[in-house]
Amino acid sequence: MVVGERKPFDEIKKTLEGHKKVLVLGCGGCVTVCLTGGHDAVQVLSSQLRMARDNEGSPLEIIEKTVERQCDPEYVEEVAALIPEVDAVLSMACGAGVQFMAERYTTTPLYPALNTTFVGGSVKEGYYVERCQTCGECKLAYTGGICPIARCSKSLLNGPCGGSTKGKCEIDPEVPCGWQLIVDRLEALGQMDRYEEINMACDWRTNRDGGPRKMIREDFQR
Amino acid sequence: MKTESRLEKVLAAGHFAVTAECGPPKGADVAALQAKGKHLLGCVDAVNVTDNQTAIVRMSSVAACAILKGMGHEPVLQMVTRDRNRIALQSDLFGAYGLGVRNVLCLTGDHQCFGNQKEAVGVFDLDSIQLVKTVRDMRDNGKIIGGEEIQGPPKFFIGAAANPFADPHWWRVVRLGKKVEAGADFIQTQCVFNLDRFGEFMGQARDMGLTESVKIFAGITPIKNVGMARYMANKVAGMDVPEELIKRMAGVPKEKQPAEGIKIAVETIQQVREMEGIAGIHLMAIEWEARVPEILEAAGLSKRPEV
Repeated sequence: MVVGERKPFDEIKKTLEGHKKVLVLGCGGCVTVCLTGGHDAVQVLSSQLRMARDNEGSPLEIIEKTVERQCDPEYVEEVAALIPEVDAVLSMACGAGVQFMAERYTTTPLYPALNTTFVGGSVKEGYYVERCQTCGECKLAYTGGICPIARCSKSLLNGPCGGSTKGKCEIDPEVPCGWQLIVDRLEALGQMDRYEEINMACDWRTNRDGGPRKMIREDFQR
Repeated sequence: MKTESRLEKVLAAGHFAVTAECGPPKGADVAALQAKGKHLLGCVDAVNVTDNQTAIVRMSSVAACAILKGMGHEPVLQMVTRDRNRIALQSDLFGAYGLGVRNVLCLTGDHQCFGNQKEAVGVFDLDSIQLVKTVRDMRDNGKIIGGEEIQGPPKFFIGAAANPFADPHWWRVVRLGKKVEAGADFIQTQCVFNLDRFGEFMGQARDMGLTESVKIFAGITPIKNVGMARYMANKVAGMDVPEELIKRMAGVPKEKQPAEGIKIAVETIQQVREMEGIAGIHLMAIEWEARVPEILEAAGLSKRPEV
């Protein structure tokens, strides 16, 4: 899933300065799962904003709403009737959701309440870790199912750098060395011959470096 | 001879070679660089010019190589893949060769979080092994990445690093093998303090036949004082400073610690020289270049061969 983290409250409050009535819009997708942008998060943030603005003597009227997904025009359309009632929207979706909203509602300011942080998963409730950097050319078949792009701090493709110590990365003794994990797994699988091969330089066009990406299912385009 | 490198000639003639590190200044102070370079002149076969080491902004290694070459040095251009993509790396290789640089050491580089520009993007378009292969393809095939032919291919003597002390221990030598396969002509290792582990690594390298196809330089760093020994043992990832060595430094009065550190360095040089497959030493006297001549003198390596 896409993991997002709520922006600092003061930053959110500042973006809403001057606005009198806003829609705080949650997303029922990934950010609901990671507890930062769903229905409950909308309620909490809205209450905080109301209180803070009341204390400042400039009350803020808030409409609270959460749609199924903000990255889908069908659900974005659901709030069409609410938009004329507010002078700004605070979206609690990931960066994709915020932009789908901004593309649909062009005359209303759209502000993000989250920092979209990474593609990952939860190892336990409330604890999320990065696992994929969406490089666009999956290498997991060669690296024992552990991603060198996402797990190695330098995204190295040919083994651990000289800073790998006792299974940890040079950047932080709390961070596991991605290549130690890969080597351990390949060893256990009897696939260390994969480690011995030289991996050539990546073609980063499948990553962000090819420009904004798209994926089209031609059979659905009719 | 693959190249015009003096270092290659020294090694090909069977001499035990000596290289030393020279870190460019944190600024444009040419005189400071020349002062460092002066200490090393005539007592080493080549000078490694570091590339923004530990991610601290310094004078570019290409420029510093040219300045040192102008003084009569044989520079080894260190190149990290942290700061430049393949366009800039290949372009700088052309430029450095045009300025007379004949040796390059291909590195990934310390993570940017260690330096004074922690907010920087880490490029890592290539890794060190891919950079080795890039330099080799330029030299041997006259091509850049992607296969396009180039005018006047630079013919570098190609180096890479190896850290026998990092983990996973057993597989370190396999990574060395990948560097050799990619085209490394010589290897400079991380600072050797743990001779047992280093000996084990060299044994593995010999068993794999690597010492026949690559010239290995043992990294030597003189320790200035017990504080530096402790710092390297505890704070520098991938550095192995045995406890007995720290105790030995601590057992000496403070004013005599620099001399003790130099003594340890000289002993280490003597011991690595005994190891089969060691072609030379690489002295990394960090901000202590002035003491390099006396270390080499004591190790019996002060006279450099004419080639």
